[in-house]
Amino acid sequence: MNSINSITNELLGIVSDWKGSFKGAFNIRQDGECAGRFSSPNIKIETKKDLPGIDIRVAPNTKGEYVYIPACVTKGGIDDLVYNDFFIGEGSDIVIVAGCGVHTESDSEARHNGVHRFFIGENARVRYEEKHIGTGNGSGDKVIDPVTDIFMEKNSYLEMETSQIGGVSRSIRNTKAKCAEGAKLVIKERILTEFDQVAETNFQVELNGENSGADIISRSVARDNSRQNYVSTIIGNAPCTGHSECDAIIDKNALVDATPRLFARNSDASLIHEAAIGKIAGEQILKLRTLGLTEEEAENKIVEGFLA
Amino acid sequence: MLSLKNVSWRAPDGREVLKNINLDVEDGKLVVITGPNGGGKTTMAKVIAGIENSSSGEIFLDGENITACDVTQRANKGISFAFQQPVRFKGITVRSLMEMAAGRSLDKESLCRILSSVGLCANSYLQREIDSTLSGGEIKRIEIASVLARHTKLSIFDEPEAGIDLWSFKNLIDVFNDIHKNLDGTLIIISHQERILSIADEIVLVSEGTVKDKGPGKEMLRKMLASQSAQTACCRQEELFDE
Repeated sequence: MNSINSITNELLGIVSDWKGSFKGAFNIRQDGECAGRFSSPNIKIETKKDLPGIDIRVAPNTKGEYVYIPACVTKGGIDDLVYNDFFIGEGSDIVIVAGCGVHTESDSEARHNGVHRFFIGENARVRYEEKHIGTGNGSGDKVIDPVTDIFMEKNSYLEMETSQIGGVSRSIRNTKAKCAEGAKLVIKERILTEFDQVAETNFQVELNGENSGADIISRSVARDNSRQNYVSTIIGNAPCTGHSECDAIIDKNALVDATPRLFARNSDASLIHEAAIGKIAGEQILKLRTLGLTEEEAENKIVEGFLA
Repeated sequence: MLSLKNVSWRAPDGREVLKNINLDVEDGKLVVITGPNGGGKTTMAKVIAGIENSSSGEIFLDGENITACDVTQRANKGISFAFQQPVRFKGITVRSLMEMAAGRSLDKESLCRILSSVGLCANSYLQREIDSTLSGGEIKRIEIASVLARHTKLSIFDEPEAGIDLWSFKNLIDVFNDIHKNLDGTLIIISHQERILSIADEIVLVSEGTVKDKGPGKEMLRKMLASQSAQTACCRQEELFDE
């Protein structure tokens, strides 16, 4: 097991609740290796036998516990691929924090590709937090390509807060979910791209069970010459409710494509989408200027609030 | 004291909306600017706050010529402005707006005091986003609260009654009475409503881009209500409540 280096220490502070330690089960991945692990009586973390990565098994009816599985790439030339599977026991109510930071000081690319699968048992509730960031002054790209596959059993609930908060040169973010009867999925995504960064987001949610539901809310800010492509697809295969909302603020030469798609495959499926792309409204800047902020300060406050 | 000297403003289409306005507003007064729609009231308020730049003339605040100052500079010199149609912000909370207005972090007690003065409970609103989930009455009160949080020497309210329900309107009069009693500053309210005119120290009648008349509140109100032309300019609140 490797020890935690200073860059990981810094990245952990940004992407997770790291204050020198975690309260609860955890696994810290650093440059493709395990740099710390702890299993609690109810949350067991084990190394996969066939692939790089871990299995996280949460015992049924585990309540109020946290599990942290951050991953950090601290130098260029690393291309880390990891498979993490979460098995959430029925009736549990837990929080998972899975941040990722990539850092390079060289001209070599630093990449992390985390493939996460969630098997959420009946009546279980999960809050999943995922923060992604790129740091370092190297010219090498900082790349994060997360893949998330979610399988929700009857009456389960998952709230996923995923954000890419700056510094990531390229990312392709693929999320798929299948919801059984009564299962509810809430996704809140926040993305900031600047300079020449490129981000692509794909959500595909299948609402397969009666009274299943999904609410996908994405807010993004694209600055400078950055580009974003957003596609969300909600497929209603049963009497269900689905809502997707994509709001993007663009600035300078940034480009954003947003494609919310709804597929109703059942006459009792109720599906809604909203999408809006535009610059910061002049009235918003003016209001904040009447409070004494400069134009630049007003824009920063508006963006900060929008991505909060 | 606020002074406007020969202030004019032209619309982008060349139409002269304000024509040579001269007006002095004394410190500590509640001044209501009234008059028919399209007469130039809101433009005048915006020119004072620097939201619009005057085409000619000069504006002085406490003897300092602020004509060349932009919105931010005027805000920092002590001018606040409550918009007739407040803008909404996705993601910015009521607490955050109040703190931006105050220019510092505010403790719960201060936030409670500010919000309760416009009839809102801090516990229910501090974490609310200023988005489309707020009603017209709620956002209007938050707009007024953002001005109160600044506690500046001059506060301008552009038609605070517009777009709010009757219940909120009745309370709005109490809000302005309280502000006038407790806020150590000058208030300018743009309004058509008799109930607001009735609490004014001074009333200024603006029509066709000029100051047609001005004087003590009670005297002006009596005069305006007696004249046929003024009755069309001033909406009788009793009639509104009888509906």
